[in-house]
Amino acid sequence: MALSGIQIYKLLPQTNCKDCGFPTCLAFAMKLAAKQAELSACPHVSDEAQTQLAASARPPVRLVTLKANGNEVKAGNETVLFRHEKTFYHKPGLFARVRDDASDIGTTIAAADAYAVNYVGMDLTLDGFAVESTVDAAAFEAAIGAVRSASQRPLILISRDPAVMEAGLKALDGEAPLIYGADADNWQAMAGLAKQYGAALAVIADSLDGLAELAEQIAKTGVENLVLHPATESLSKGLALCTQIRRLALKKNFQPLGYPILAFPGHEDAGIESVRATQAITKYAGFIVLDHYAPEYVYPLLVLRENIYTDPQKPIQVQPGVYEINDPKPESPVMVTTNFSITYFSVANEVEGSGLPAWLLVTDAEGMSVLTAWAAGKFDAERIAKSVKQFELPDKVSKKVIVLPGHVAVLSGELEEELPDWEVRVGPREAVDIPSFMKQAL
Amino acid sequence: MPVDIPKDKWPGEVRTVTLGAAAANGGTRGSVVAVGGEKALPFMHFETDTPHRPALAMEIMDRLPEDWSPLLLEFWGDTAKDPAVWAKAAEDAGADLIQLQLSQTGADGNPTTPDAAVAAVKSVLAATGLPLIIFGPGQADVDNELLVPVAEATKGERVVLGLCEDKNYRTIVAAALANDHLVTARTAMDVNLAKQLNILISDMGLPLERVLMDPTTGALGYGIEYGFSVMERLRLAALQGDAMTQLPMIVTVGYETWKTKESKVGQDVPGEWGNWLERAINWETMTAMTLVESGADIVVLRHPESMKRVRAAIDELMTVPE
Ligand code: SF4
Repeated sequence: MALSGIQIYKLLPQTNCKDCGFPTCLAFAMKLAAKQAELSACPHVSDEAQTQLAASARPPVRLVTLKANGNEVKAGNETVLFRHEKTFYHKPGLFARVRDDASDIGTTIAAADAYAVNYVGMDLTLDGFAVESTVDAAAFEAAIGAVRSASQRPLILISRDPAVMEAGLKALDGEAPLIYGADADNWQAMAGLAKQYGAALAVIADSLDGLAELAEQIAKTGVENLVLHPATESLSKGLALCTQIRRLALKKNFQPLGYPILAFPGHEDAGIESVRATQAITKYAGFIVLDHYAPEYVYPLLVLRENIYTDPQKPIQVQPGVYEINDPKPESPVMVTTNFSITYFSVANEVEGSGLPAWLLVTDAEGMSVLTAWAAGKFDAERIAKSVKQFELPDKVSKKVIVLPGHVAVLSGELEEELPDWEVRVGPREAVDIPSFMKQAL
Repeated sequence: MPVDIPKDKWPGEVRTVTLGAAAANGGTRGSVVAVGGEKALPFMHFETDTPHRPALAMEIMDRLPEDWSPLLLEFWGDTAKDPAVWAKAAEDAGADLIQLQLSQTGADGNPTTPDAAVAAVKSVLAATGLPLIIFGPGQADVDNELLVPVAEATKGERVVLGLCEDKNYRTIVAAALANDHLVTARTAMDVNLAKQLNILISDMGLPLERVLMDPTTGALGYGIEYGFSVMERLRLAALQGDAMTQLPMIVTVGYETWKTKESKVGQDVPGEWGNWLERAINWETMTAMTLVESGADIVVLRHPESMKRVRAAIDELMTVPE
């Protein structure tokens, strides 16, 4: 947890000797707090103060990076319990699990690896794969080889047997996978492997006391990249433990639990698994291992993760302007919407899907959706008329038909006054109904 | 290593609101549903008990909906032609509450008459013992015209009347006051707007024990993060002691999710969206689950399979770990 200037000042010698180049210890402390100075500039600081200041520089939730072949997945460095307080930073990595006794691993993985779905202009994908040992070292190694031939994404290796795990690690070259994992019985051997192979290590226990104890012991051996797995089946227990871990890390700077969390929402019923994964995404997981990854399960999870990890300070916006869809002609209609990116993409996709040409006028509504912007006074007849002129639509079109979103039908009278030579029409309320509206009514 | 678990202790608590009245209390309901009463963030059983579980309402309409997803129409089939039959089917599907949505027009295309609305409500009350939430068509003058006679015809049942919005709440609140009903107050994803409307309603003399608030949400992919965060903020404010936010929250998840393209359309959509029905159920279930995590007290759904999954999740979340 970062210390304030005053807290840092209390740790300094308070002699104001100026050797650091600042007039007082307090001035130096303020610069340190603002990260505009280095502690090493003060030659007089005590060893004890140095340790405390170093510890305070460590983020409350350690950033753990899994790497493979140029691909990376990061979790940690989170600073808040609630996204509205600032933002959540590192989207939890989504990993698809395959067991080493499965047939045709290469084909399964290749399909999941290639999966990409477009959401508001972004291609969303899974982040990596988890390979689990159920047979022996040879089968594990073979399975990892099969996965590697189909995907270059980071891996999680699953076995509690250090000998099996080592066989798996040997099959990877120059990567930083996550190995799962260390429990009360095998932790020394697993910690040794993590160090030797540069892997991150999952720590497994079913209570906070157990987790903290084990993580502390392992950290003492010099393994820094730990991931916590509070091993519990129930949603309520999982929610409690994950909340407690996050609170201890953020509020108490409790370092034994200052690591990202690993979640296994897997369930024989894929629908239940999605419910569990929903909790993992909303409540603090850093890495999530899925057993079902057909598109109808992965797509909503990828979207949820994107939504929850959006920066609330910065609504996702598109550039206001006129967007040409399906090669519009001067006689094509003008459709109006706002520059909130979800709104823009929903409307643009539907207009495009209709196959009919149109000019899409995206007004600057400060990144709000149609209804929200209207309620906030950011999307009214005056603003729409202003955009029409600003983006020179009168020069582009000859027919002068402008279509308002159905939700703001109340604006049509005012817009007619603002744009006397235009025909104002009211479109559907929901984007999904745009194609039929365009075909039937325009 | 014994870990000292940080526990929040909050000065405030959410009011308990009871929907429906049994015979002893002037109604005819076979069951009543109490929600709210939280003294901590959702399901923090290690801090304090969670007095009431989130309740699940099934949305039905007074006549066969025209613009619902074909998946829903296919599932409900002929059931959806008669609100009484539909209500009973919803009860059998495990709903705690029925939300009856009145339509703007009848099957003949003419505006829904007050008589028709009253008849539909009465038939639903007769068909099910569950408490009722009744929403007008969503246009101020029509809502008032239909909800006032409905409120009078159901006096004492403690139904929830909706929607109260900042531009139209007086008539509905007055009807609730006069006939021992409740109201739901909807605002557009903003903490201060929610507080303001609650103040206006409370100023009319309706006790806050008879008010639910609907902060509005977007569906998954369509602004759910706004709903999620506004609900977290409202609940934190309530626990911190802000009286005008200490109301149970209701969210119309079925309405929001089933109008998305993902749920409504099965053809000519990207192959990466996967199986239509399962995708649509996930859309509804995951939107509901996300909002339950952020403090929803009543979740309104449209598909029984989603209800089954959300119910299973709530069962688990309500289980106090040893
Ligand atoms: S060098 Fe150290 S002791 Fe001297 S003024 Fe700077 S901070 Fe204070």
